[in-house]
Amino acid sequence: MDKFLQLTLTGLTSGAVYALVALGFVLIYKSSDVINFAQGEFLLIGAYLAYFFLGQLGVHWSIGVILTLILAAAMGVVIERLVLRPLIGEPIISVIMVTIGLASLLKAIVGGIWGTNPQIFPAFIPKQEVHIVNAVVTADKLWAIVIALIFLVIFTLFFRYNKEGVAMRAVADDQQAALSVGISVQKIFAWAWSIAAITAAVAGIIVANVLEVSPNLSGVGLHVFPVVILGGLDSIPGALIGAAIIGLLEAYAGGYVGDGSLAQVISYIVLVIILMIRPYGLFGKEIIERV
Amino acid sequence: MMLSLNNIEVIYDDVILVLKGMSMQVDEGQIVALLGANGAGKSTTLKAISGLLKPEDGEVTDGEILFMGEPIHNEEASKIVRKGIFQVMEGRRVFEHLTVEENLKTGAYTRKDRKHIGRDIDMVYDYFPRLKERRKQVAGYLSGGEQQMLAIGRALMATPKLMMLDEPSLGLAPLLVKEIFNIIQRINKERGVTILLVEQNARLALGIADYAYIMESGRIVLEGEPAALADNPDVREFYLGLTEVGKRKSYREVKHYKRRKRWLS
Ligand SMILES: Nc1ncnc2c1ncn2[C@@H]1O[C@H](COP(=O)(O)OP(=O)(O)OP(=O)(O)O)[C@@H](O)[C@H]1O
Ligand SMILES: [Mg+2]
Repeated sequence: MDKFLQLTLTGLTSGAVYALVALGFVLIYKSSDVINFAQGEFLLIGAYLAYFFLGQLGVHWSIGVILTLILAAAMGVVIERLVLRPLIGEPIISVIMVTIGLASLLKAIVGGIWGTNPQIFPAFIPKQEVHIVNAVVTADKLWAIVIALIFLVIFTLFFRYNKEGVAMRAVADDQQAALSVGISVQKIFAWAWSIAAITAAVAGIIVANVLEVSPNLSGVGLHVFPVVILGGLDSIPGALIGAAIIGLLEAYAGGYVGDGSLAQVISYIVLVIILMIRPYGLFGKEIIERV
Repeated sequence: MMLSLNNIEVIYDDVILVLKGMSMQVDEGQIVALLGANGAGKSTTLKAISGLLKPEDGEVTDGEILFMGEPIHNEEASKIVRKGIFQVMEGRRVFEHLTVEENLKTGAYTRKDRKHIGRDIDMVYDYFPRLKERRKQVAGYLSGGEQQMLAIGRALMATPKLMMLDEPSLGLAPLLVKEIFNIIQRINKERGVTILLVEQNARLALGIADYAYIMESGRIVLEGEPAALADNPDVREFYLGLTEVGKRKSYREVKHYKRRKRWLS
């Protein structure tokens, strides 16, 4: 029993990190149809920026986190401006290829500045042990889950009630019509990229706190892909539920099946199954066709 | 003069010349109709005014467009909406995954007086009670007529000075077209919105317009009061489908050719 609970908590923790990265992914896809293969690298940048401020400069964590998020947002805007805006009107496949290039570039920048060895992160989210029934977790893992849930609520409210949030959905539906009502599509794209960079950076800080800082962190991006395919590329709740499912499956597969190697591939098995039976994901929007 | 186009030229993709010396005027408070066959350049004209050419790689390369005396050609679409021009695009183009009410709110995106938005949503529902019944419904599942109403309602939410409608009758049943044209007239009278109406249905458009232009191959070939235009034999034949009976076919064809010739010269 306590093993099950233990694995569940572990699964939900990684699920929370996946969810944060996936939220940004969904946001970019929703507004601009672009599949951003650099989401994992956004997380990496966030983790290293936080390491730079907290570990290397030694500023107070609250200031370090704020600076990290500001820089992440700025990075999102700059990338949208320099890399994606010139590609407006180009086939979506070229844009996607560019995000793959962007991923390598960001990784190279991180390697160039901080090297490839793992670094110890000065953990500021408390790590004391918490007993839940028969299981034990560190507090930062529970915080990860709480933070992911808070972001989900903020995002949901934003898209439903905020003027810019509704505008983002309008842009996702029909760009030219959005222009015709006076929405600046470029401003919306810039918003989407910077918010995506911020949520990924939050995930990066959490992972750094729970584990360490290393170039391998960008691998989270690879797990996020099955998550968004499962949840539906354009669904915010889907991203969260998909993330929880993938996180849990990985934990259970690692804990109960063989030597744990199944945990590495389980998410891709899910991905293939989902693509076969429900290509728009569990919660993705179907294309509306009136008859 | 509220709006004037002076000799504008529009080119798509740097090579395709679509408007060639297009000139027209819209007086404040009027309903002005712009008629013409498929491909004449009516939609291009509206997009040139509203700034929507850019995403299609089109550009105003010559001439000028003045709105309330200010040049607006090649301005950003969002700036032009803020100046008070709103285009209801061809094919309705509602946001399919947004509810009716959310669609209306996007129409008010550029407005500063946000506290009046609720009141204006009610105003739109007064014009289109059917939209009120479907306010929480996703717009993609509305009927074609309801979507056209929503597109017009969304435009009203921007409180424009000039509303440009691109073929609002497209694909709608005759009775519904009548209803929509009635409402366009009411919007013009009751709310003082100037209307620029693009239509292929010349009879209906001339029925509600104060002034009309007819365009062909990228320029205006004929203009005047609707009554005068309706008397013009060319308009009667090519746009209203009225031909004098008893004429020999071959003769008519010759005449047809001559008339086209005259318009294009
Ligand atoms: N984005 C574009 N790129 C290139 N050519 C275009 C583009 N849009 C329109 N055209 C061309 O410009 C001409 C005028 O098109 P436009 O859509 O303005 O005509 P229209 O009068 O609105 O026709 P319809 O009644 O069929 O809507 C057509 O020959 C069309 O092929
Ligand atoms: Mg047209």
